[in-house]
Amino acid sequence: MAGSEHGVGGLKYDTSRKSWPPELNVLLALVLIVAAFEILGRLIMGDSFLLNTRADLDSLFNEQRLQIIILQVSIVGIIAIGVTQVIISGGIDLSSGSVVGATAMIAMSFAQVAMVNGNPNPKAIFLEQGWVDLPVIVPVLVGLGCGLAAGLINGLLIAYTRIPPFIATLGMMVAARGMSRWWSKGNPISFPTESYAEIGKGMMPVVIFVALAILFQLILTYTKYGKHCYAIGSNEEASRTTGIKVEHHKVLVYVIAGMLASVAAIVLSSKNLTAQAGMGMMYELDAIAMAVIGGVSLSGGRGSIIGTVLGALIFGVIISGFTFLQLDAYYQEMVKGVIIVGAVVLDQWRQRRRSLKG
Amino acid sequence: MSDIILKTEGLTKHYGGVHALEDANFELRMGEHVAIMGDNGAGKSTFVRQITGVEIPTRGKIVFGGREVSFTSPLDAREAGIEAVFQNLALADDLDVPSNLFLGREKIRFNLGPFSILDRRAMRDATRKALEKTAVKIPNLSSTIRNMSGGQRQCVAIARTATFPSKLVIMDEPTAALGVQETAQVENIIRNMKAAGEPLILISHNMRQVFDLADRIVVFRRGRIAANLRKSETSGEEVVAYITGAKTDASMSDAA
Repeated sequence: MAGSEHGVGGLKYDTSRKSWPPELNVLLALVLIVAAFEILGRLIMGDSFLLNTRADLDSLFNEQRLQIIILQVSIVGIIAIGVTQVIISGGIDLSSGSVVGATAMIAMSFAQVAMVNGNPNPKAIFLEQGWVDLPVIVPVLVGLGCGLAAGLINGLLIAYTRIPPFIATLGMMVAARGMSRWWSKGNPISFPTESYAEIGKGMMPVVIFVALAILFQLILTYTKYGKHCYAIGSNEEASRTTGIKVEHHKVLVYVIAGMLASVAAIVLSSKNLTAQAGMGMMYELDAIAMAVIGGVSLSGGRGSIIGTVLGALIFGVIISGFTFLQLDAYYQEMVKGVIIVGAVVLDQWRQRRRSLKG
Repeated sequence: MSDIILKTEGLTKHYGGVHALEDANFELRMGEHVAIMGDNGAGKSTFVRQITGVEIPTRGKIVFGGREVSFTSPLDAREAGIEAVFQNLALADDLDVPSNLFLGREKIRFNLGPFSILDRRAMRDATRKALEKTAVKIPNLSSTIRNMSGGQRQCVAIARTATFPSKLVIMDEPTAALGVQETAQVENIIRNMKAAGEPLILISHNMRQVFDLADRIVVFRRGRIAANLRKSETSGEEVVAYITGAKTDASMSDAA
């Protein structure tokens, strides 16, 4: 394309001035935050944050810390992938944390072993029915089914009753939490089968997170589904007039978000070898925060999975950094709050500047 | 009969108790450019929404290309060959030009239902062709609509109609928000369409523009068609008189 061509009305464009992708800003923020912890670490703790300082280990980085950083955000990160596509298409999902709780309880009860140390498993929920020692596919499908059901209800409510996504998913948030408490009358469910415990073992959460992130980055960029997410989030009315089936699309968006929450639940309960009614509490807000920090615009139409992954890493670095500096968890929460609000302010500011430029 | 591309009979739209459009009988011939005029709320845009499938009429018949149609969605109308440039342009601000041109009708390289892989190159090429056809110059196809001027947005919306084979184009106030130079460009696009024999329904408030571009002027007033005037047999004063209701035509209840 020739850069010298004039626009309509003689408006000139500088085509050489490519727009700076917002993901680069997030990456920059990540680097700055890491640098800040590195400097603070050297000053306060006399130790490096990310670099290896142990003489007995032959590696450049503190690999253990790197692993922890990514491991502790990967489960919420899986939820954040789903939340990202919801926000891009102009919605919000507050129910994902509770869906994690409910799914973990229900899936776990289908993953019970019959015998623990030679004695019958005291907490096996379907012991009488004989639904114990089931192949791993059963709890996984049941779990995914829970996420699908929750997402379907969210999506149908939002698309066809036209209630705001905030309200619909708030209702689901409360209801699904109630469900997870009711399921075993508040008792935790433990003792999963060997094969179920394999799902979230070691670095498996990271592998699953990264694989899903790549898959959804590709879906959002190269498929009709992705294009319609951006279109609906950008201008729902226009999408409708041009013939996009907005209602169908919205149902699908929330179904996918619900199913990703249930994937997170399966991985989490498998990793912890137990499911509790309070599992996943506040995960929805962390997931939304990761997306927002990653440059996903709350007004819809803009953002990417790459951004959300970077947002998740910023999250992990901050938590890890505070632990490293031996600061109380209270400060973590406060700083997290400040960062979330800061990211939204930045997004608003970016938007204003853009519309002024237009 | 055969050269009538669009015909409506008794087309009516009520929103609850509001009679936005009442008994509209309208005809458009091959290659004809008809302007629709009328005050705000006279029923012009309502009329367009019925024939483009955006809304479903309360009553009445639409005959398009010789057969009766009943569109249930905008996509139906577009597939039948009616392309519209809406007043609000129906563009997604965060998407680039090709994505907007193919919004809702993306070219697919690999069919996987909703997760079909887009054929981005084909869409880019078709976009370039459509922009050439309408003589619209957009320097950077991958820049988003958000970064464009009002005129460029309008031209993208018009180029969308040229991307697909269409039998009828409808433009709802295409120059209302444009400057002098941009208006001239849009009017040129319309003249080219006239030369190519493509029929057009143009909604406009601009008397000069209507007399420049249209063969016939249909005036809407209070949800009804108040007048149907050949450009050669009328004047600006007469049109204004019909718009304001100073003059009425008793025969208009059946013919248009």
